[in-house]
Amino acid sequence: MIKRIALPLVLFALILAACEASPNPSPSGQATASPGAETPAPTQAPPVAGGRLALVQGRGQLICGVNGNLPGFSFLDDSGEMSGFDADFCRAVAAAVLGDADAVEFRPLNADQRGPALQTGEVDLLVRNTTWTVSRDTSWGLFAPTTFYDGQGIMVRDDSGITSLEDLDTATICVQSGTTTEQNLADQFRARSLTYTPQVFADIDPVYQAYEEGRCDAVTSDRSQLVARRTAFANPSDHILLDVVMSKEPLGPVVPLGDDAWFNVVKWVVFASFEAEERGITSSNVAGLTGSADPVVARLLGAEGELGIALGLANDWVVTMIGAVGNYAEIYDRNLGPTTPFDLDRGPNQQWTDGGLLYAPPYR
Amino acid sequence: MNGPAPDTRQARVPPWRNEHVLRVAAQAVVLLAAALFVGFLVRNLTGAMSERGLSLGFGFLDLTAGFDIAESPIPYRSTDTYGQAFLVGLLNTLSVSAAGIVLATILGVLVGVARLSTNWLVNRVASVYVEIIRNTPLLVQLVILYFAVFLQLPPVADAVELPGAIFLSQRGLFLPAPELTPSFGRWLVFVAVGLGVAVAAGVVAARRASAGRPTRRLGMIGLVTFVAISVGGWLLAFQAPIVIDLPARQRFNFVGGMGLSPEFAALLFGLVLYTAAFIGEVVRGGIQAVRRGQWEAARALGLSERQALRLIVFPQALRVIVPPLTSQYLNLAKNSSLAIAIGYPDLFKIGVTMSNQTGQPVPVILLVMGTYLVISLATSLLMNIYNRRVQVLES
Repeated sequence: MIKRIALPLVLFALILAACEASPNPSPSGQATASPGAETPAPTQAPPVAGGRLALVQGRGQLICGVNGNLPGFSFLDDSGEMSGFDADFCRAVAAAVLGDADAVEFRPLNADQRGPALQTGEVDLLVRNTTWTVSRDTSWGLFAPTTFYDGQGIMVRDDSGITSLEDLDTATICVQSGTTTEQNLADQFRARSLTYTPQVFADIDPVYQAYEEGRCDAVTSDRSQLVARRTAFANPSDHILLDVVMSKEPLGPVVPLGDDAWFNVVKWVVFASFEAEERGITSSNVAGLTGSADPVVARLLGAEGELGIALGLANDWVVTMIGAVGNYAEIYDRNLGPTTPFDLDRGPNQQWTDGGLLYAPPYR
Repeated sequence: MNGPAPDTRQARVPPWRNEHVLRVAAQAVVLLAAALFVGFLVRNLTGAMSERGLSLGFGFLDLTAGFDIAESPIPYRSTDTYGQAFLVGLLNTLSVSAAGIVLATILGVLVGVARLSTNWLVNRVASVYVEIIRNTPLLVQLVILYFAVFLQLPPVADAVELPGAIFLSQRGLFLPAPELTPSFGRWLVFVAVGLGVAVAAGVVAARRASAGRPTRRLGMIGLVTFVAISVGGWLLAFQAPIVIDLPARQRFNFVGGMGLSPEFAALLFGLVLYTAAFIGEVVRGGIQAVRRGQWEAARALGLSERQALRLIVFPQALRVIVPPLTSQYLNLAKNSSLAIAIGYPDLFKIGVTMSNQTGQPVPVILLVMGTYLVISLATSLLMNIYNRRVQVLES
């Protein structure tokens, strides 16, 4: 009798112990430098004791949520590296925080997974062409400054003769679920009293696959995404973007709620990339500018003041970051500029001095 | 030894050796451990959620959903609530599951019988089908069916036209549909009167027949009257009570008639093919579980092979078939959640969209889980009732 009940009891004890002891096994394959820097138990108060900055520094690696399937923003390039505009902002944060732009573990997430990944603190940072909205700001995480001002577009076949949204009355439109574009589409067609059938997929690949196969008459998403995905079509020139912008889509990095210090770090990494472009600091000349007589540049590069230390970083973090990934213009041109297949016009994504929307507050 | 009443020493076993006490104690300990474990999980969940500012409330169900759904058995617009969107998902899941269960049962029984066929070709075809389908993942089959079969059909402009105004294209299968007109109600009155006359005639005929008197073809007369009144009513209704709505090709797609989307079709086909392979094995096992003597006895009575199967073996095999069949039905209903991969708006798909938009994953997932649980338990209940009837008939 004793023997018969002993086994289940031992099992229960083991399960309990296991639940208590290993709340969140480290997802990275690499061994972490300090064992205390594991992702903490969900029961520990507030999300990360000691702050996420200390957590990331202790772990020696940044866990960055990305799309992973969006050429130009985050995708695996020919050499198997995660590459793109969003991926480079992950690298910029890693360079600023850890001094090593390659200390990033990229976590590909689909549109439906990104909210919970932030809410549970599974990722330190989400840079996944995510639109800033008030409901996401309050329920998912805090949005750092917008890195890419986009708008929702709609793509159709060139030979369909469709030129406006009105021409799409009763059409079938492919869209990804869990996106602002899904809701904008409903709003836009309702406002115009047009009917349509949405064909909704959870993952990004089936959306474009189904459109290319002819299941849908049009596909809608952020304009940059449409252009980027079009380059992967069998015949990209057969497809055109309608000349309509259906919404504002400010895309930027997001950090989990409730950690001001970490939010500040990510915010200022983005601003530093803007500021560096404005001051003409690039990856090639940053090393030579550390002794600059310009007080603004000297402060930015940590030669004067202790602004980096105030952020909890090395005082010359901007030198490391710009040296590793370059300023905003370099990141943009490398991934989306004229030399790439996407050749996206910078549009509103220019410095405020050029009539764009990029505007970094003073670094002082 | 130190018991208070030495005279009853023989009868009193100390509690640590009393099997009764030990049994109760063991159960109490296991129950306590289980309760502690569940309590730990619940505390963990509520604690973690309150830290992150998440609530377990379901108030979001009354908020405006703001997204459209491709297919819905009930009217739904993006201005409706999340609750209604969820209901649409539920109905979509139920419709694909119900159709799937019926078709999978039919196909499964055929496959099971074919597996036992003495015809070499039939036997082999059934075996190959079962082995291929059973040994590959359903998700892979669904993706292949959707992208490599249904989306490869011709576009709307070159749709295949089958006899009877049926159109098959990559946008789905469109069939003519009966449509009721306002005069349908009036016509229904005629039909009811005709039916009344026919039933009365039938009853009188049956009485006369049982009394041994000539029926004077009363049954036939009743039937003719019924048809005559129904047809007369149709003509008198000024407007045909039922018209056939034909699908017509429009700019982007067919409009009118009955449409079957490629997503629904791929999901239904996938579920039916997959589950029928398992049901086929269940049926084969059930038939083989009936003792050989039953076949021999049937043959001795002069029944043909087919009659023996239908009248003697199959009713007995049902006893063995029904319980595992129930779990196949449950699997089919639950596997329908793979719809998310091919864009069919089922319960799970709508639930995921809801959790994303509301930022309330835990309540939504609990709601989805609860709903699947209710569907499964209801299916089990019905199947258990059926199972009892099958068993009673046998004993």
